[in-house]
Amino acid sequence: MAVDTSSSKQLTLPGLDEARSRWREEYRAHMGNERPVRNRSGIEIAPLYTPKDWDSSRYMKALGFPGQAPTTRGIYPSMHRGRTWSQRQLIGYGTPRDYNRRLRELMASGVNAVSLIPCNSVYRGYDADEVEPELIGTCGVVVDTLDDMDACLDGIPIDRVSTAMNDPSPFTLLAFVLGVARRRGLPWGRITGTSNQSDYLSHFVANHMFFRLALPGARRVLIDQIRFCQEHVPNWNPLSVVGQHMQQAGATPAQAMAFTLSSAIQYAEDCIARGMEPDSFLPRFTFFFDISLSFFEEIAKFRAGRRIWHRITGERFGARDPRARRFKFHSQTSGVDLTRQLPLNNIARVAVQAMAGIFGGTQSLHTDSYDEALTTPTEAPSRVAINTQNILREEAHLDKVIDPLGGSYYIERLTDEMEAEIEKIIGDIDGQGGMYEAAERGVVQRMIGQSALEFQQKVESGDQTVVGVNAYRGEEAEAERLPSQRPAPGSVERYLAELASYRERRDQAAVTAARDALRRACGDKNENVFGRVVEAVEAGMTHGEVCGCLREELGFGMPLVVA
Amino acid sequence: MHPAAQERSPAKVVVTKIGLDGHDRGSRLVATFLRDAGMEVIYTGPWQSIPAVLAIAQEEDVDVIGISSLSTDHLIVPKLMAALREAGLGHIGVVVGGIVPDDEAALLAEAGVSQVFHPGSTRDEIVETVARLAREARAAHSEF
Repeated sequence: MAVDTSSSKQLTLPGLDEARSRWREEYRAHMGNERPVRNRSGIEIAPLYTPKDWDSSRYMKALGFPGQAPTTRGIYPSMHRGRTWSQRQLIGYGTPRDYNRRLRELMASGVNAVSLIPCNSVYRGYDADEVEPELIGTCGVVVDTLDDMDACLDGIPIDRVSTAMNDPSPFTLLAFVLGVARRRGLPWGRITGTSNQSDYLSHFVANHMFFRLALPGARRVLIDQIRFCQEHVPNWNPLSVVGQHMQQAGATPAQAMAFTLSSAIQYAEDCIARGMEPDSFLPRFTFFFDISLSFFEEIAKFRAGRRIWHRITGERFGARDPRARRFKFHSQTSGVDLTRQLPLNNIARVAVQAMAGIFGGTQSLHTDSYDEALTTPTEAPSRVAINTQNILREEAHLDKVIDPLGGSYYIERLTDEMEAEIEKIIGDIDGQGGMYEAAERGVVQRMIGQSALEFQQKVESGDQTVVGVNAYRGEEAEAERLPSQRPAPGSVERYLAELASYRERRDQAAVTAARDALRRACGDKNENVFGRVVEAVEAGMTHGEVCGCLREELGFGMPLVVA
Repeated sequence: MHPAAQERSPAKVVVTKIGLDGHDRGSRLVATFLRDAGMEVIYTGPWQSIPAVLAIAQEEDVDVIGISSLSTDHLIVPKLMAALREAGLGHIGVVVGGIVPDDEAALLAEAGVSQVFHPGSTRDEIVETVARLAREARAAHSEF
């Protein structure tokens, strides 16, 4: 453990010890024999924290100033006061035209960054005409071609707003955006944003939403994409390391942070093995986390994560550039904590989760809609979610003070203890040979499953209250239940017809040549597969065709079943 | 199967996911709960196709199929129900767990799904329902 959490030996505050002993006795007399209280990560929580629990003489070593080592208080000097967190509502639904209409509405209502969630067919590496038609466009926008992305981003100044896409390997969506930029005459250097779902390890251990490449192929394509972006799209973040999937799958906050950092270590080592310099690629590493309802624990998780990453980038990778050591993260309020019962209660839950993200120093935030546990989020509840952020920022003014809970005896002690727990788990993963091998063997999956089971058992036994589910059940008003939204009748058929026509119209010779070049790149380690993916989609290949080609060349990967 | 053997052998359940989604927290938990309750559980992991589930149901002679759906894969469950009937496996009880909007839960009931377990369903509720459906499936099957 790098940070000493022991209570101060030197601290002398007249009367402190005597007053503390008296309080202890009075507390015990009142409470009797209390069962230990633990947070979700298993850390025991005391009823009171005092100068005995956190020694403020460690301030400079443990906290410092925002934008300075060890970045515990924030990665930028001005944090939210200088630049508020991006309001990045994840959207994706229906056809490209449906998506574009929705995106324009959201941007008019305060959303200041583009996000795009593709249809599950896209995630899984298929074109719309390869999957059950009932599923198309039901939980994300279907984007199979360059024309589709052009329609999605119609009227959106992609050289001025950042674009975050859930863009799993082989990053076809980024390839489409680059193709759209070229059509519009925009240099790739002006394209900013993030390939949100590029972390194949998190998909493999947690949610199985990735395109079905076997692990070695997935590993290569990611590093190729990072390298390509470094050369050609320097302001794009090619990697978002995702703890959100793991925490949603059941990992505790400490486990999720540890697995994420272990994944980031793995990716950094893979980049170094490919001859890249840490100071050149680390500034473009980003992270994405879940924010549960365990308010203080989440804040401590983020603060600890920032401190550990700052240390790891320096100690393990020798990074010197301050930008290479910044722990930039997007966060999303936890859907698992939301309930189907009495769904309006979820508005309160999301507000608390969002506050934890803000106090934790998030760079961008997605707030869940209150109907998350009922259906794919619908429009009216999404508006409430966006306004929750507007209220927290502009009515409650939560953006005005940097790291406002810093210096709280509790938060500082908890940050230290979370840090120690996270470091311990990172050590365990190191002992397994790193995250790639730990995932390949199912070690991480079993740990996540065990934590999910333990949490569920607490809910079943009533140890963990869930309002409206195992306690405080009440009558529900009819109005709380909203009908599900599905693509408009006929729109899927029209989309499939357009896709067929796209295949007909394109330059077939160019497509064949691009496919051959992609195949060759897969077989040649000196080639960059992602560069060939970009050429392929510009030549007219569809998403499913690119994925199909890679499946054949680099191998197909099924989830590891760990029950 | 001899009636006495039927009584003795544990309920046989396949817990699976069909369609495109991969989130498996719920299905893994339910598989554990059913196994802990003494049932024989075949856990497939996600990404199964309807024909694959049909084949398991047939080869393994299962009593109940549990489908976990966290995005919108429940929308193809009616296709699975039709395929089961066509294969002469209409006696098998089918339950769906996960995020199923109310209006679409009604469509699943019409298609022959015995029960939808929404978020907040308890372990006991799930175990008891599956056990009852398994008994009913065996009774219906032995009538043939």
